[in-house]
Amino acid sequence: MSEVKRRSNTRMVPFPSDAIVPERDLGKTPVLEARHLGIQFGGLKAVDDFNLTVGPTEIAGLIGPNGAGKTTVFNLLTKVYEPTSGTVLINGHDTKGLDVAHTCRLGVARTFQNIRLFDKMTVEENIRIGLHNSIEYGMFTGILRLPGYWKKEKQQHEEAMRLLKIFNMQDMADVRSGSLPYGAQRRLEILRALATGPRLLLLDEPAAGMNPKETEDLMETIVRIRDDFQIAVMLIEHDMRLVMGICEGICVLNFGQVIAKGTAEEIQNNPVVIEAYLGKGKGEAK
Amino acid sequence: MTTSKKNTLITLVTLAVVTVVFLICQVGINTGAPWMTSTLKGQLVNICAWIMMAVSLNLVVGISGELSLGHAGFMSVGAFTAIIIASWLKRGKGMDSSWLRFVISAVAAVGISGLLGFLIGIPVLRLRGDYLAIVTLAFGQIISNVIRLLYVTVETDTGALHMALKLGTGTPKLSGKDVIKGAQGAMRMPQDSTFVIGFILVIITLIVVFNLTNSRSGRAIKAIRDNRIAAEAMGLKVTKYKLMAFVTGSALAGLAGALYGLNQSSLQAGFFEYTKSIEVLVYVVLGGIGTVPGSIVSATALTILPEVLRAFSEYRMLIYAVFLILVMILTNNPHTRMFFRSLRTRIFGRTDEEKRRDRL
Repeated sequence: MSEVKRRSNTRMVPFPSDAIVPERDLGKTPVLEARHLGIQFGGLKAVDDFNLTVGPTEIAGLIGPNGAGKTTVFNLLTKVYEPTSGTVLINGHDTKGLDVAHTCRLGVARTFQNIRLFDKMTVEENIRIGLHNSIEYGMFTGILRLPGYWKKEKQQHEEAMRLLKIFNMQDMADVRSGSLPYGAQRRLEILRALATGPRLLLLDEPAAGMNPKETEDLMETIVRIRDDFQIAVMLIEHDMRLVMGICEGICVLNFGQVIAKGTAEEIQNNPVVIEAYLGKGKGEAK
Repeated sequence: MTTSKKNTLITLVTLAVVTVVFLICQVGINTGAPWMTSTLKGQLVNICAWIMMAVSLNLVVGISGELSLGHAGFMSVGAFTAIIIASWLKRGKGMDSSWLRFVISAVAAVGISGLLGFLIGIPVLRLRGDYLAIVTLAFGQIISNVIRLLYVTVETDTGALHMALKLGTGTPKLSGKDVIKGAQGAMRMPQDSTFVIGFILVIITLIVVFNLTNSRSGRAIKAIRDNRIAAEAMGLKVTKYKLMAFVTGSALAGLAGALYGLNQSSLQAGFFEYTKSIEVLVYVVLGGIGTVPGSIVSATALTILPEVLRAFSEYRMLIYAVFLILVMILTNNPHTRMFFRSLRTRIFGRTDEEKRRDRL
């Protein structure tokens, strides 16, 4: 496997708490702050005392062995589950008591580990759902086809095409999303999330099932999305080439608890992480 | 061709076909053509009403993906509302214009059945799948039982409208002329529905359903059907859009009820029991769930069929059932599907999607 180019040489600096953020994000309100976050299912503490701060333009990684609670953390951040302890702040807003849809409107968008597209709808329609709350018109405008309908539909179409361009998927706009190849479905999910105009994009295993070439392209696109849209990205991934290549701050989870936080370099050399997750000997992680 | 253009084309073709069929029927009526039998003539308005029912149920079942078995309940609410209002206007207020009477009573019917859909939708749409079907089924039965107990009279000289529910054993004593008399149902109502009104209402229903489906709100409704969790994560208000589909569906059913109710000489609440709801569901399923033109065709065919089969007397429902089974076998059989696909390819060439699949 080829040597991974490091795409960022960000210096991570302490945020005024125990967290770290990229130097350029210092002093700005973090897009995400999780404080002592935890959830208990019956007697099982699926996630316990999870603390994380993500800067407004940071690419953060969340890694750990299977069953460590990574997706549960995503579900807590997007309020699929109401945490049993701790708080989640999005751009400084407390999300206590908010539902999934409301949290999305605060600026958190996500993709799913097992793809969840609107598979009977076309690619473009999927993205238009993402644009639902930003380019609006009411039910009666739609039924009566008032001038607002034509204007907003055109806007939605143009915006959808602009987004499709990111992955060069314009010519697939009219394909039923359920009949897309696997990799394209994953990419469409990212675009759909991006269409909601998020400030934090949560990607759950974006490279799963992709070949090395596709993964390489995906890495570049994620960085490009961050640069173009000036948003934060947080991703769960098992492909260490991707994580170590683009993530600035990495958080390692094991049995629902954070066992390490730091830059790619720090994580790779952390004996606890090597023991719990990365393993040693093959030198691949380095 | 893009999907939105294709949808617009389907809409326009459907509207055109419906209009052409309407015109042909009109010509048939005016020239007294032999194929326009008196039975068929009597069925025309009813066919319009059942098309509206099938298309509006398709909005709930096909577009929104909720199995509702109480659709006839909303129709009966619309029918009896329209009957009360129209009778009151005619016999109480002495309004002569049947058009105006129809418009006013239809608006009332849409309002009341839409409101009822809203009130029932709030608790019911929290349920999913079988539970929703059971609750809507029960709702249909409750409605028909309540109307069975309803007594309405109108005083021809003062124009006063009296209403009472029969609770206990005694029949309510109301002054004035009967409009609705409990289990005996409604009678002597103004028969204001005409085929022209029916045609206009079918067109309105089609435009509402097509335009709603191909708008921002309609996409939200379809997204929630396809994947509720993802729809929530995209910031959609799930309850709002489920209610939107359900209320629109029930309001249109109320409109169909007004059309149907004001076409009969008498009407009993028992007519709208769950068997009617299921019959409408059969139209939707047979025409293809989510396919509006299919609903129109199957509603028309299945309303005419029992009348045509009247000659077979008691065997007619048997033939009807065999016909249903045959249609289902034929439309869902892989061989017939392949046959239709090859036929389409031979005529129109391969679709874009098939070409793309070949390339992959």
